[in-house]
Amino acid sequence: MIQTDILIIGAGPTGLFAVFEAGLLGLRCHIIDALPQPGGQLAELYPKKPIYDIPGFPEVLAGELVENLMEQIRPFQPGFTLGERAETLEALEDGTFQVTTSEGTAHKAPVVAIAGGLGSFEPRKPLLDNLSRYEGKGVAYMLRDPEDYSGKRVVIAGGGDSALDWSIYLAGIAASVTLVHRRNEFRGALDSVEKVGELKKQGKIRLITPAEVIKLEGNGKLESVHVRVAGEEEEDMQLETDAFIPLFGLTPKLGPLANWGLEIEKNAIKVNNALDYQTNIPGVYAIGDVNTYPGKLKLILCGFHEATLMCQSAYQRIYPEKRYVMKYTTVGGIHGFDGSVKEAPKTVVKPID
Amino acid sequence: MSDIRVTIIDRRGVRHQVDAPTDMNMNVMELVRVYELAPEGTIGVCGGMAMCASCQCYVLSNHSLPGLSDEEEAMLSEAFYVKDNSRLGCQLRLAADFDGLEVELAPEGS
Repeated sequence: MIQTDILIIGAGPTGLFAVFEAGLLGLRCHIIDALPQPGGQLAELYPKKPIYDIPGFPEVLAGELVENLMEQIRPFQPGFTLGERAETLEALEDGTFQVTTSEGTAHKAPVVAIAGGLGSFEPRKPLLDNLSRYEGKGVAYMLRDPEDYSGKRVVIAGGGDSALDWSIYLAGIAASVTLVHRRNEFRGALDSVEKVGELKKQGKIRLITPAEVIKLEGNGKLESVHVRVAGEEEEDMQLETDAFIPLFGLTPKLGPLANWGLEIEKNAIKVNNALDYQTNIPGVYAIGDVNTYPGKLKLILCGFHEATLMCQSAYQRIYPEKRYVMKYTTVGGIHGFDGSVKEAPKTVVKPID
Repeated sequence: MSDIRVTIIDRRGVRHQVDAPTDMNMNVMELVRVYELAPEGTIGVCGGMAMCASCQCYVLSNHSLPGLSDEEEAMLSEAFYVKDNSRLGCQLRLAADFDGLEVELAPEGS
């Protein structure tokens, strides 16, 4: 059981910055995120896009902002449960909460802060009959252990970085790799595109474009896929295969937290914005893009503000008997849980001889 | 600058004729959101960066539209329910010559 002061759901910019504000108050945080890396949308959707409305940054790449936030919160040693989706929220008898993930990892904390953005990122699934029947029986949307494909015949569909990267990677492991894409052009990083071209010439990747997988077949498990090449509709190919991996990107879904008993409006969690961004469940907060209130704006800078007020309220909740006065970092500095100290240099007072 | 008229057929098949400004740098996806013709979270998920296909629509009128950028074309090549007249609403910036435009929203999950 992982225990912490504030359990944050979502490792996007709002969730990450909450760690900093909590740390200033001496509160420890642990973050759960369904993606394997921190950063949320910024890391997953647009790491290379510039953002122009972060106060103090005339221009910053989304990926850089995530790196900066990770650096900023490092002294406060946040814990991470990555690649696992928060599934259930349970109010315990002692007034604390337990959140359990898709992999069964249990977390306990007196305060839960949902910074879930648009929800957890889930694979976009192609529209194929019987697709769900073969999930886990040949069809997969993520590659947890590439060695599972050792000696197997693999068909990958998609035209972005993940389709290219996994084709390259599996070309060295699998018995055969076939990459099917709707266009002749690929959208990935230039060197990945070139590498796939090379492997194609060496006969290590079979490329079928412009084409689509249109049908899955197999008895109890996937045994073959039908591929239709554009312009050759009458002559569908049947490829025997052990695995089909459609890689069409990810899309966010509010997911299980929609069933946690929280008040939901317009696909977002209603909070008290007059006070502390608490939800209808006392002790559970929602900050950043995932919440809604009159006048809500889904901006990173608003998420930072919400995270800050949430932490003040969380502190009061955890230490109701303590009186607290907010301290500026220019005054109090930063005292990391790792023993590090950052503070303003003392003014030198010295007579001039 | 004056408003234009745009017809949007929502995902339940209901037609909406709406007034659209051309002086606010607004696109078709944003127009759908302004009039709340699709629930929040089901359209414009990526915010308008041509990085998801949640605003995919079919252009039904014969307007001459700006060509597809590489990004839009790439996204549509990975989207679902794509037809010849598919476009991403976020890439269609409302301009005076769009008066009378008619679009139908593609199904959710595209």
